[in-house]
Amino acid sequence: MSKIDRIFCAGFGGQGVMSMGQLLAYAAMLEEKEVTWCPSYGPEMRGGEANCSVTISDERIGSPLINNDASVGVFMNGAAYNKFIGKVMPGGKVFINSDLIDDSNPRTDITYYRIPVNTIATELGKIQLANMVMLGAVNDQAHLVDQDMLLEAFKKVFGAAKEKFIPINKEALAKGAEAAAKMF
Amino acid sequence: MAKVLLKGNEAVVRAAIEAGCKYFFGYPITPQNEIPEYFSKELPKIGGAFVQGESEVASINMLYGAAAAGARAMTSSSSPGIALMQEGIGYIAKAEVPAVIVNMMRGGPGLGGIQPSQADYNMCVKGGSNGDYRNVVLAPGNVQELVDMVQEAFDIADQYGILCIVLADGLIGQMMEPVELRKPKERPIPAKDWALTGRNGGKAHRVYNLKLQAPDLEQDNFDLFKKYAVIEKNEKRHEDYMMEDAEFAFASYGTASRVVRTAVDRLREEGYKIGLIRPQTLWPFPYEAFDRPQIKKFLDIELNMGQMVDDVVLGCGDKEKVEFFGHTGGVLITVDEVCDFAKKIMGGAK
Repeated sequence: MSKIDRIFCAGFGGQGVMSMGQLLAYAAMLEEKEVTWCPSYGPEMRGGEANCSVTISDERIGSPLINNDASVGVFMNGAAYNKFIGKVMPGGKVFINSDLIDDSNPRTDITYYRIPVNTIATELGKIQLANMVMLGAVNDQAHLVDQDMLLEAFKKVFGAAKEKFIPINKEALAKGAEAAAKMF
Repeated sequence: MAKVLLKGNEAVVRAAIEAGCKYFFGYPITPQNEIPEYFSKELPKIGGAFVQGESEVASINMLYGAAAAGARAMTSSSSPGIALMQEGIGYIAKAEVPAVIVNMMRGGPGLGGIQPSQADYNMCVKGGSNGDYRNVVLAPGNVQELVDMVQEAFDIADQYGILCIVLADGLIGQMMEPVELRKPKERPIPAKDWALTGRNGGKAHRVYNLKLQAPDLEQDNFDLFKKYAVIEKNEKRHEDYMMEDAEFAFASYGTASRVVRTAVDRLREEGYKIGLIRPQTLWPFPYEAFDRPQIKKFLDIELNMGQMVDDVVLGCGDKEKVEFFGHTGGVLITVDEVCDFAKKIMGGAK
């Protein structure tokens, strides 16, 4: 079987969960991989939650849906973590925003990466960078796409007007990667 | 052209504009609101027009009018909205004007819900309006195919003088995939010499519905069905997956077929000889694709209560051979469920 990554991202609306998934999807496309990005929509979105599923593969993607087979879980807040931790498959990797998530009773069949993304983002001067810090950590440890490709994707997704923010986003990605690497 | 990452609903608009669509009439409804939103931004830039009708009934009749005037035009909606359009759909069929509708299906019946569904199969494929008529119905399975089919829908509509429905669902509308806008195959498209473009001193053109003399109306219907026979001959389309040595076959289209495709991969790994027949046109339905005596069972998987089953039975000619599994009301099927269902049907047969 070909390599297939299924990444499930969840958090509150406004935490950049959807854009995190989109940047990953765009970067994978730039690497000429097959990719799908599925958002939550409808009633659950209207409650303030946001989640998206990204599938990256070398071959044509069948089901774009993630049930209990996510190879990577990314959780930005406690509510999302408690609701969706079951979606990560045994042996998978889970990345949690340790500033907001209390995982005092963790699963034992998955690898945890506890990243204080709010703290790191605040140190960088902008809490809005929390999703980029997280993305840096996820991508570094799950080996999804080339880290620089995420910045190429940033240009495509957010347009030329936002290019001036690339240096700070690059730094956020690097800080996230650094924090994740330090854990082991 | 380089690929771009597009949401299904946005991709519809790009494809339609690429195909020369200049007019859109519609009324908002989840989960397809990005279609009118994006059209409202784009059409004024190219000298076209976006009109938000006061209802779906108004919108479909505006589409009828634009089509009668010879324009490339479309509307889009989701299930309850398409239900409201049925009267106009029948008028378009009778008038034989070319038009395009995109339906991003959601759960029903009635106002239903807003999650993805395939429960409009009967309404769109078998007809929800009165009289003897057909629509061409295309069923895309991913965003690239959605783009290709929307472009093609305009050509098919023009070639035959018919309404062409692109039948997708809320998930395809909402999800993003890489797409490439590419030219559809060339088709013989007749001049619209019947269009209502003003008399200009010449002969009057008429596009109308009412025929009070029964034999005349019957003759019109006979003529319609001659045209439908040509479409049935030319346009049936399906895709086989892992069917070469298959002893069992899934039958599934659109979003459901993607989950099924992954289930096929998994079952094949376990040694089961199973494949997938995926209809890409729902009318005309690819009946011949199911005429395979070597297949022991056909497993119809849909996001409804089994609306395609009748067609699969007609195709394979044996109702004992067709089994159904699905979810409805906006609930999605999972790979696990499809595999479990298939194993139950296949027993130990590998």
